[in-house]
Amino acid sequence: MILRRTVGRICLYAILSLGGFIFVFPFYWMLRTAFTGMEGLFTIPPDIIPNTFQFDNFAEALSSSPFGLYFWNSTVVTVLSVAGVLLSGSVCAYSFSRISWPGRDKIFGFILTGLMLPFFVVMIPHFLGWKLLHLTDTLVPLIAPAWFGGGVFNIFLLRQFFLTIPREMDEAAKMDGAGHFRIYWNIIMPIGKQALIVVGMLTFLANWNDYLAPMVFISSEKNYTLMLGLTLFQGTYTAQWHLMMAATSIIVLPSLAVFLIGQRFFVEGIAMSGVKG
Amino acid sequence: MKMAETSVSSQAVFDPGRGIRKRKRNELKYGLLFASPVLLGYLLFVLGPLLFTFALGFTEYSMVGSPKFVGMDNFVRLFSGREPLFYDATVSTLYYVFVSVPLGIAFSFILAMLLNSKIKGQSFFRGLFFLPVVIPLAASSVIWLWMLQPDFGIVNYVLGLLHLPKSSWLSSDTTVIPTLILFSLWLTGNTMVIFLAGLQNIPSHLYEALEVDGGHTLHKIWYITLPMCSPIIFFNTVIGLVNAFQTFVQPSVMTQGGPDNASYLIVYYLFKEGFQFTKFGTASAVASLLFLVVLLCTFVLFRFSNSLVYYEGRERER
Repeated sequence: MILRRTVGRICLYAILSLGGFIFVFPFYWMLRTAFTGMEGLFTIPPDIIPNTFQFDNFAEALSSSPFGLYFWNSTVVTVLSVAGVLLSGSVCAYSFSRISWPGRDKIFGFILTGLMLPFFVVMIPHFLGWKLLHLTDTLVPLIAPAWFGGGVFNIFLLRQFFLTIPREMDEAAKMDGAGHFRIYWNIIMPIGKQALIVVGMLTFLANWNDYLAPMVFISSEKNYTLMLGLTLFQGTYTAQWHLMMAATSIIVLPSLAVFLIGQRFFVEGIAMSGVKG
Repeated sequence: MKMAETSVSSQAVFDPGRGIRKRKRNELKYGLLFASPVLLGYLLFVLGPLLFTFALGFTEYSMVGSPKFVGMDNFVRLFSGREPLFYDATVSTLYYVFVSVPLGIAFSFILAMLLNSKIKGQSFFRGLFFLPVVIPLAASSVIWLWMLQPDFGIVNYVLGLLHLPKSSWLSSDTTVIPTLILFSLWLTGNTMVIFLAGLQNIPSHLYEALEVDGGHTLHKIWYITLPMCSPIIFFNTVIGLVNAFQTFVQPSVMTQGGPDNASYLIVYYLFKEGFQFTKFGTASAVASLLFLVVLLCTFVLFRFSNSLVYYEGRERER
C-alpha cells in the first residue's frame, strides 16, 4: 500500500515536471537562439547550451528598427489605459455596489451582456467611427475605451470586491457628513487596493500584449506598438531567427516582469472571476 | 434622470415621505453619475457598434461614398459558394473550435486535478503552467514558429532523437490545424487556474465520506469532483468557445492563413476582407453571422447546462 503510494507520487511529480519543462522550454529556447550567432542556427545536432554568448544580436535587433519608438508607444497606451480603467472602472463599480439606486441591478445585468461581445464583431464600426473623428492612426482608439469603464469584466471584478466591504464603513462616513465622492475616494478605494492591483495588472497585460486592435487602428510605422513592430520585423528578417528571437526576448520581458512581481495577485484574481462568477 | 424629474412634479406640498424620496432621488442622481462612464461606454463601444455592424451587413461599402443598401446580397453571396474562401474559413474554424475547446477543457482539468493532489511546490507548478498566458501571443507565436520549423526546428529534432515520426507542423495543410490545436493547449493556463480554485473549494468531508464507504479515486472523481465542478466546467466551456472563435494572432503571425488556406480562420478572414480589401459590407455580414453563432453556442450550452450542472444552492445566494 505504502509502496503503491510512493510510486504514484513519483509518477505525479514526473508528469508535472515533464509538463512544466515543456511549458517553459520555449522561453529557454528563445534565449538560447537569441544568444547564438547565425552559424549556430542550423547546426545539427543543435547546441542545447549556446556555444557563444553574443549580445550583438540584441544590439543589432534593437538598432535595425525603431524599437525604442515602439516601446514608447506601447508604454503610452498601456499606462494611460491602466489609469483609465482604474479610475473609471472603480467609479462605475462603486455605483453598482455602494449606491442603491432604482434599477441598478437590472442595468448591471444588461451591461454584463457586453462580456459576450468579442471585439471583432464591432471592430469595423469602431474603425469607421474613429475615422470619422480623424483619429485613426493615432494612439487614441487604443486608449479611449479604457476611460469608459474599461471593460465590463473589470467592473465586475471590482464590484464583487466592493460588495464584500461592510456597509457600516459608508454609514459611519455618511454620519460624519461625507458625500459619495469622499466615501469613494477615502474609504472604498484604499480598502479595495488588492482588487485594484489585480485589475491593473490584467489591464496592463491586455494592452501591452494586444495585437488585433493596433492592427486595426494603426497604419503608419511611427505609431506602431511593439507587437506590430515585431511582425514588421518578422517580415524583413525571415529566417534570421537569432535576430527574431533577440527582438522577441525584449518584447517578452516586461510582461514576464509584471507576472513575476504580481504572480500571487494575478492567479488569485483570475481564479476569483471564475469561481465567484 | 427623466424619472427623477417627474417625481418632483408629482410631489404634494406636505408629505411625510418627502425626506425618503429626496434621498432616493439623490441616490439615483449619484448612481447614474458614477455609472455614467460605463453607461456611455456601453452605448458608444458596444450597443451602437453592434447595431451598426448588423446594418452594414446589408450594404456594400468600401470607404468611398456612403454605404449602398443591397439587401440580403452579402449573405446570399457568402452562402451560395461564390466566396470559396469564406467556406474554407468556416470549415477550418469549426474544426479548430470544436476540437480545441473540449480538448483544452479536459487537458486543463486533468492538470488542475494533478496540481490539487497535495504536492509540494504547488504554486510553483501553477506559475509554470500559467506562464504562457501572460506572454504576448504574437511573441509566443513567433517562438513556436521557430521551434516548429520542419527542417531545423528543435521539436522535430527531439522527435527524431526519440525515434518518433516527425511532422511538417505548420507547413502542411493537413497538419496545420492540429498543430494550432496543440498550441492552444499550451495556452490553457487561465482555465487551469480557475479549475484549481474550484477544486480547492470542494469541502473535504465529501471525500472522507466516500472513503468511509470504500470508494476509490475514480469514484471520487466521478461522484464528487465532476459534479461539484460542473458549474465551473460550464463557465470555462462558454469562455473557451468565445475565445476560440476569436483566434486571430496565430493565423496572422504564424501561417498567414496558409498553407493552401487551411488555417484561414474566420476572424482572420474577417480582418482581411475588412481592412485589406475594404469590403466592409461583406466583412460586417460575416461579423454578424459569427456573433449569432457565438450567441447560439452559448444559448445551447445554457439550456444544456440546466440538466447537467449542479449548483449547490448558489443561485439563490447571489
